[in-house]
Amino acid sequence: MLMKRLEENIFRVLMITATLVISGLLLFILGTIIWKGAPALSWDMVTKLPGGGFYLGREGGVLNAIAGSFYVITGAVAMSMIISVPVVMYVNFYLQHKSILAGFVRFCFDILLGIPSIVYGAFGFALMIFLGMRASLGGGIITVGMLITPIMMRSFDEVARLLPGELTDSLLSLGSTKFEMIKVVMRQLMPGFITAALLATGRGIGDAATVLFTAGYTDNLPGALSQPAATLPLSIFFQLGSPVPEVQDRAYASALILTGLILMLSFTARYFSSRFSKHKI
Amino acid sequence: MHRLRKIKDKGARWFMRVMAFSAILILLIIGIMLFLKAYPVIRENSLLKLLSSSNWKPTAGEFGFLPFIISTLYVSAIALIIAFPLSLLSAIYLNSYASEGVRRVIEPVTDLLSGIPPVIYGVWGTITIVPFIARNIAPGFAGSSSGYSVMAGGVVLAVMVIPLMVGLFTEIFNSIPSEMTDASLSLGATKWQTVKRVILRRSLPGIVAVTVLALSRAFGETMAVLMVCGNSIRIPHSLLDACYPLPALIANNYGEMLSIPGYESALMLAALILFVIVFIFNGLSRFTLNRLERRFHF
Repeated sequence: MLMKRLEENIFRVLMITATLVISGLLLFILGTIIWKGAPALSWDMVTKLPGGGFYLGREGGVLNAIAGSFYVITGAVAMSMIISVPVVMYVNFYLQHKSILAGFVRFCFDILLGIPSIVYGAFGFALMIFLGMRASLGGGIITVGMLITPIMMRSFDEVARLLPGELTDSLLSLGSTKFEMIKVVMRQLMPGFITAALLATGRGIGDAATVLFTAGYTDNLPGALSQPAATLPLSIFFQLGSPVPEVQDRAYASALILTGLILMLSFTARYFSSRFSKHKI
Repeated sequence: MHRLRKIKDKGARWFMRVMAFSAILILLIIGIMLFLKAYPVIRENSLLKLLSSSNWKPTAGEFGFLPFIISTLYVSAIALIIAFPLSLLSAIYLNSYASEGVRRVIEPVTDLLSGIPPVIYGVWGTITIVPFIARNIAPGFAGSSSGYSVMAGGVVLAVMVIPLMVGLFTEIFNSIPSEMTDASLSLGATKWQTVKRVILRRSLPGIVAVTVLALSRAFGETMAVLMVCGNSIRIPHSLLDACYPLPALIANNYGEMLSIPGYESALMLAALILFVIVFIFNGLSRFTLNRLERRFHF
């Protein structure tokens, strides 16, 4: 009896400790980034392009990387929407409930979800050589799009699966075609769709390995799809590799900017998903 | 009017079907393309030799992947040894012990952790873990170490797979019907006994599947590990040695040194190895998880 209680208590303490350690890690990481990044953060960092002696520690900012990341992720999210919306709709509303094909498509996306971003990066680069493209904004968009499509598809699919059958049944029994049904259903699924898109945005904007070979790097703003584009994660990586302390400090500041962006996206996504559960039929 | 609706519906159906199949196709294309690109180096040297040799001299046409494979395994193993107990204990706590309030606080924590980009983990690792190892741990053992080591890579990687593992473990535990745990509790078992004899036993296949999934995630993680593991080409002999995992090999060299014959092909082989391992690991664990899902309807 005593042993039973003792064991219970030991494990309870261990479990609470583990949970505290995990929560502490988040605070530790965020704290480190803020502590190192905040002193070097300035208005110039976010509003200026790298100046002449930027990589020696002189004036300038990382606007090139912020804008480049923005362009890449906008294109990539648009691309992954165009693919994932039809696929999710097809799998959930056109195929039968227990269809083997639906299961297979989901399975393929699960595998795609697990493929490391460096493999997407290498594949994307090989594909670009094959198509005769050079490292460019367009190449970055395609590769990041491939990386985030499975993420978007999975989280959107999870929401679509929960849609009550009564809604689709009543629409169909009123004589609508499946396509018309989908237009109504999309409205109901909108918050879940936005959450999925925000999640995918967060993953795509922070990934460095996909854009390493495919998007290139430049100190200017990308003007066309065929020009190279700088991205925030790569800018952090390159600046951190510099021997100049001022440049390293700027890497920390850039890391803080990226972390801030990710946190904002994450909170917005949570807001939309809680709204979604409130309005669920 | 009636006909137009039908045509629209047909058109949409075909478009969606094509999209769904193209997704399957992409998976195939990636595999085939990587294989075709890696084939020249496999043809010149036997696959067995490539995987078991530790001679990496691209200019001499020698590509031995052993140091990279050992590094990858080493770093991932350390990561799982750290992450597994923490995640499992925490997931059990969240499932069986924690109040609704605690759960509502912890859930965003794992969400945010999983959202932090690899580069940020890398920056964090270089600021905190690497100097800590160099200053406080290394002098006690091997003498001097730069801190950029297997251990640093393992710790950073562990923090990265924890949110994934906690999330999936919790999902599995939640899928166990409450009738089962209620029956155990009403027979006088303590909570921990219930956890041990009912929940853990019941979800053992799921736990294995999640661990394999986390392992395959660890294999492929690039940027964060690359930034803290030192990148020197040799087989690491201790936790404090620098190492060079497969993804870092691709990231550091691909796109630059393509003029050396066979180099690109060798790097593509590295990508192919990662692809195949992840494909198999992911496939098996997703298959197991999907079957569990069907059994319990969660």
